[in-house]
Amino acid sequence: MDSADLSIAGAGARLRSGELTAVDLLTAVRRRASMTEAILHAYLTIDHEGALVAAEAADAALARGEDRGPLHGIPIALKDNMVTRGIETTCSSRILAGYRPPYDATVVERLKDAGAVIFGKTNLDEFAMGSSTENSAYGPTLNPWDPDRVPGGSSGGSAAAVAVGSAFGALGSDTGGSIRQPGSLTGTVGMKPTYGLVSRYGLIAFASSLDQIGPITRTVDDSVTMFEAIAGHDPSDATSYRGRVPEVRPGLDAGVKGLKIGIVRELSGEGTAPDVAASFRRTLDALAGAGAEIRELSLPSTEHALSAYYLIAPAECSANLARFDGVRYGPRIGGRNVEEMMSATRRDGFGPEVTRRILLGTYALSAGYYDAFYGQAQKVRTLVVEDFRRAYAEVDVLVTPTSPTTAFAVGEKANDPLAMYLSDICTIPSNLSGDPAISVPCGLDSSGLPIGFQVLAPALGEGVMFRTARVVEELSGFTARPALATSEGAV
Amino acid sequence: MTWEAVIGIETHVELLTRSKMFCGCPTDFGAEPNRNVCPVCLGLPGALPVPNEKAIEWTIALGVALGCSIAPRSVFHRKNYFYADLPKNYQISQYDLPLCSGGHLDVDAGAGVRRVGITRVHLEEDTGKSTHLGAGGRIQEAVATLLDFNRSGIPLLEAVSEPDIRTPDEARAYAQELRGIVLALGISDARLEEGSMRFDANVSLRPLGATAFGTKVEVKNMNSLRSLQRALAHEIERQGKILDGGGAVAQETRHWDEEAGRTRAGRSKEESSDYRYFTEPDLMPLVVDDTTVGRIRAGLPELPAARRGRYVASGVEENAARTLVAGGLADLFDRAVTAGASARGAANWLTGEVTAHLNRTDGDTAALALDAAGLAELVAMVEGGELSSTAAKDVLIAVLAGEGTPRAVAGARDLLQVSDEGAIATLVTAVLAEHPAEVARVVAGEEKLVGFLVGKVMRAGGGKADPKVVDRLVRKQTRR
Amino acid sequence: MPVDIDIAKVARLARIGLTAGELAHYGAQLQGILEHAARVQALPTEGVAPTAHPLPMVNAFRPDEVEPTLDREEVLAQAPDRDGPYFRVPPFLED
Repeated sequence: MDSADLSIAGAGARLRSGELTAVDLLTAVRRRASMTEAILHAYLTIDHEGALVAAEAADAALARGEDRGPLHGIPIALKDNMVTRGIETTCSSRILAGYRPPYDATVVERLKDAGAVIFGKTNLDEFAMGSSTENSAYGPTLNPWDPDRVPGGSSGGSAAAVAVGSAFGALGSDTGGSIRQPGSLTGTVGMKPTYGLVSRYGLIAFASSLDQIGPITRTVDDSVTMFEAIAGHDPSDATSYRGRVPEVRPGLDAGVKGLKIGIVRELSGEGTAPDVAASFRRTLDALAGAGAEIRELSLPSTEHALSAYYLIAPAECSANLARFDGVRYGPRIGGRNVEEMMSATRRDGFGPEVTRRILLGTYALSAGYYDAFYGQAQKVRTLVVEDFRRAYAEVDVLVTPTSPTTAFAVGEKANDPLAMYLSDICTIPSNLSGDPAISVPCGLDSSGLPIGFQVLAPALGEGVMFRTARVVEELSGFTARPALATSEGAV
Repeated sequence: MTWEAVIGIETHVELLTRSKMFCGCPTDFGAEPNRNVCPVCLGLPGALPVPNEKAIEWTIALGVALGCSIAPRSVFHRKNYFYADLPKNYQISQYDLPLCSGGHLDVDAGAGVRRVGITRVHLEEDTGKSTHLGAGGRIQEAVATLLDFNRSGIPLLEAVSEPDIRTPDEARAYAQELRGIVLALGISDARLEEGSMRFDANVSLRPLGATAFGTKVEVKNMNSLRSLQRALAHEIERQGKILDGGGAVAQETRHWDEEAGRTRAGRSKEESSDYRYFTEPDLMPLVVDDTTVGRIRAGLPELPAARRGRYVASGVEENAARTLVAGGLADLFDRAVTAGASARGAANWLTGEVTAHLNRTDGDTAALALDAAGLAELVAMVEGGELSSTAAKDVLIAVLAGEGTPRAVAGARDLLQVSDEGAIATLVTAVLAEHPAEVARVVAGEEKLVGFLVGKVMRAGGGKADPKVVDRLVRKQTRR
Repeated sequence: MPVDIDIAKVARLARIGLTAGELAHYGAQLQGILEHAARVQALPTEGVAPTAHPLPMVNAFRPDEVEPTLDREEVLAQAPDRDGPYFRVPPFLED
């Protein structure tokens, strides 16, 4: 086996047994990247020099007996909306072309403290707005399972890199499903933590009350590893949870016997592709076979979650993206006065989807429209939260297909924004509620494309969520790898 | 038609915290441009605000001092507008749930006490500073603008008054009193000329006796208490002339031009600003319980009104009390009284010669060469007859110039008065003997010649005899 | 339900200098999206409090302490235009 295809746990074991060095691991991902990037374009920036320095330092530390833990020496990719000091960070937008942040995001600091090797910055839909990574100003990322198809979005680059083996794990961000949906479309594990468990300091904000950073990995165990490395209170983030991070490892393999699993009537039907629905059903049956109790629940407000989301997220983003004005950083288009300069810079710098959402958000907040749109959406959000609370009084976790379809063709939905938005219908509710959720690969469709199974848990319920995900992973026996991941010769 | 002016004042106060409102950058005034900056106050991508606990406490302190209700739950809002010195192109402020509301400030401009309502006190962040390059540094002729973000993010407290003020004098008194409270609380250095305290006013006129409001004009750029007063007086006159002529006052923002002595219209905006306020998602609500408010209330220092009251009760004249408190001499006064000075004596010298000295030298009360012990000594020497009032004044001027303590200076300059009765009596006898004709006239009833004789004795004694004693003894000795 | 959007005003508020053609294009798209999103108005939300934060936390502040600042040169190196220690921009249109 090529070591690029090892899990983080597997790579870590070989590091400690002396079979491999951190530099070996880095060489493996570099080679995989060189073989696949021309087709996939998962990365915007690969920091070859910095990664080598970090890998060598990791090896030296291990030799001294200094072991930082399971991420020590492991090459990790970061979605390019997390700031990395001195390394270009663009959010896949022209308005940040050439921008080198003067500071690291907190999650980056934590990964470095854990000994991880930051390999590169991955492609995304511009400013994390999209579900296909087609909205990148630097060209799309393609799906390693079928390069005529999208990897999902907005964390498409991170998901593709992990799926194809040009990273052992990656961080993405999830505002409406942007970790889970690409996870589903690329056959990887994508997890969104409880809102507030992972610091947003250094995450270039899209929608502040919805954004969360989370890991994309090839196994559930690796997902737990990365989650534990980045979770925890950050004094630089006032929305950061001050309580204890939920314990996950102790109960991880406890199984689902006696667990009450709810399926959401409003999220289990129309628009779901037949193969996806079938795979979902099969997985449910397997869970029942493993001792779980399945119930159907109605969460009526989830039908309106999409509408509420498409008012709240743009509203917050319209303010969050106001700072991109050509004054202090980024490229500038000149003007006779500062207003002209700002208007021209922003027109030139933002792509169509971003422009659309800024306009939408500005409108939803403007005088005379606030109550009917944004104000009303915030109330619908309350209804969604209440529906979830009621549900979790009855069941331990909820499950849905992560995405109604498998990977769609490049260009298929690009001209119909509304159709694109609908692919988030199962993921958006948990962003509104702030609850954690995870997508685990559960099968392939008739075209050989991966299908994702989503587990949702109550706030701070990462324990029961990961536990359920472990069982799904085991029961589905999903070991398929994308064709593009095969390589000649193992290290 | 008699017009009544209706005035409301909006005050911004830069708080003297060590760090900024939403980040740990230092707040020192006068640092080199763009040194006190970080991702948060520069509005860099990915940055997040975290509120300064002390700024919140101090806002509550001012609210309590102004008799406000403190909101048990308040939130921050984003006020959205584009401006190059506002890095995020939104300002974190408070909208409909401010920390403090519903207070008042009693103001006395010499024509009775006016109770001015305080609508609200809330907390927000300051913007960066822009310098316009081009002829005269004026915005209209600029060719480029330079930006310094040191000031960006400094905690800014905003206090809004009800439109209860009726005259420019009252406005000035309000501003002065508010400033005095802010200084007493120690939450700001409140320097108008440096911009750490800023006033904007809203002025409208209506017929005397009417209840409906007229069209209000916002007046900005008044950088001193005096210009606040002058600007309002001018604006009232300007509006009055328009209304008297049958015209209508335009609702606009006008800027005070100190040199020209008039207000000028600002550039009219196409549409009034739509700030699209919404709750700040990066910040959690503030919950303030009664215990916290109680603690802050109990910790308040003596406020100006209470201090003035205390001085008046101890025998100091109302105006003198006002001068002591407003002029920053109250601490010195208190210490001098503790050191033994009489309240009246200390108050007289502080409000008289010391204040005159400070005005002459444009000085700082903190840098005075006169201390509490010195002042107490001076007062005692005058009241004990060791110094005449005239001599004491000279002594004080010398002390303020740094020449030493009052006793030392008096000694060095040979200004100590002789009060010894015996010695003076001898002198009086001798002088009277030299002026028999005048003595006879006094005896015959010409009172006014006493002064002449006293003067002769004073000159004979080199000016050092206590004139009160001389007068008494001259009268005594001519009563034979 | 029909939604009425003054797209030119919205673009001006957002400081995005769109051409007339672009305004028309986005205006039409926004119309469609908003009509869909406006469905929220049909929901019964009387007496429902808005949710601004998913986390029920309060009083997240920091002590009044100074922290390290950024290196000025590193900051100004990212500026599109600078003049010594200052950021430079074209002149302001209004005060």
